[in-house]
Amino acid sequence: MNAPQPVAADSWTVAGRTFTSRLIVGTGKYKSFEENAAAVEASGAEIVTVAVRRVNIADPKQPMLTDFIDPKKVTYLPNTAGCFTADEAIRTLRLAREAGGWSLVKLEVLGEARTLYPDMRETLKATEVLVKEGFEPMVYCVDDPIAARQLEEAGAVAIMPLGAPIGSGLGIQNRVTVRLIVEGAGVPVLVDAGVGTASDAAVAMELGCDGVLMNTAIAEAKDPVMMARAMKSAVEAGRLAYLAGRMGKRRYADPSSPLAGLI
Amino acid sequence: MSEAAQKDRVAIQVNGEPRSVSAGCSIAAMLGELGLDPRKVAVERNLEVVPRSTLGEVEVKDGDAFEIVHFVGGG
Repeated sequence: MNAPQPVAADSWTVAGRTFTSRLIVGTGKYKSFEENAAAVEASGAEIVTVAVRRVNIADPKQPMLTDFIDPKKVTYLPNTAGCFTADEAIRTLRLAREAGGWSLVKLEVLGEARTLYPDMRETLKATEVLVKEGFEPMVYCVDDPIAARQLEEAGAVAIMPLGAPIGSGLGIQNRVTVRLIVEGAGVPVLVDAGVGTASDAAVAMELGCDGVLMNTAIAEAKDPVMMARAMKSAVEAGRLAYLAGRMGKRRYADPSSPLAGLI
Repeated sequence: MSEAAQKDRVAIQVNGEPRSVSAGCSIAAMLGELGLDPRKVAVERNLEVVPRSTLGEVEVKDGDAFEIVHFVGGG
């Protein structure tokens, strides 16, 4: 009999950094910093996404995210949410690098407000510039295997196709293309956006993704901390199912009990 | 403010708002005047990022436009 694979031995590496949790969580939309911190803790995430925004100079002593989620314990992944051009995204990440002092970033360049669908022309342009400047961009993109390959060629350290529009919670809409991206990629692939509940995260992992990034599915759950736990379990379950190798599908029934020896 | 006191001030823009700070002060000193912790923010001056290591050296000039940002919750 094969010895069971310990789950703890499973890890993934992006841009030379190794993580054991395959769940990346956002820090937006929470009712309070306390709830946010508790959800991050429950999710087991080692990376959290953060946005870069102006400080409120009218009230400089307001509590800050860094007071609740310690950047020394959890890797902050600055994003470019809200940027609609390559130039805006690059400017934002230059500031993020100065604020945090690291080069691992999440690039997203949006095409329109209604769908928050990525603008791939601007995304590719920004990726090229960022890589030249020494950034290690994990890139939010369309679920298109050709676009994914172009991003990887441009130096993206991770490919992050959407499962469905940001904040929609509709689940993985196109399993075929996500699977194609996974098969073709030489860098980690993470589903970013579209997860609504635990089974969606498991689907992403069963497709062979290296991880899942989500925000709204946890933050807008009735009990975000409990949902964070659910997502942790789902990502682990999906990963194990992928590694275990699922059974083949049949068109008709196949009995599990022996037919021989029936009375 | 008296005319003499105004002479000691420089007019700047911070995050799109008009402000004034002591003439000749460094960006680090400006952050102090604004009540901000330099370790928790990043500063852009006239569209150029100011390296954290030089915040204490770069002098604030009249008419400078600053963006001061930090990390907030996001997805």
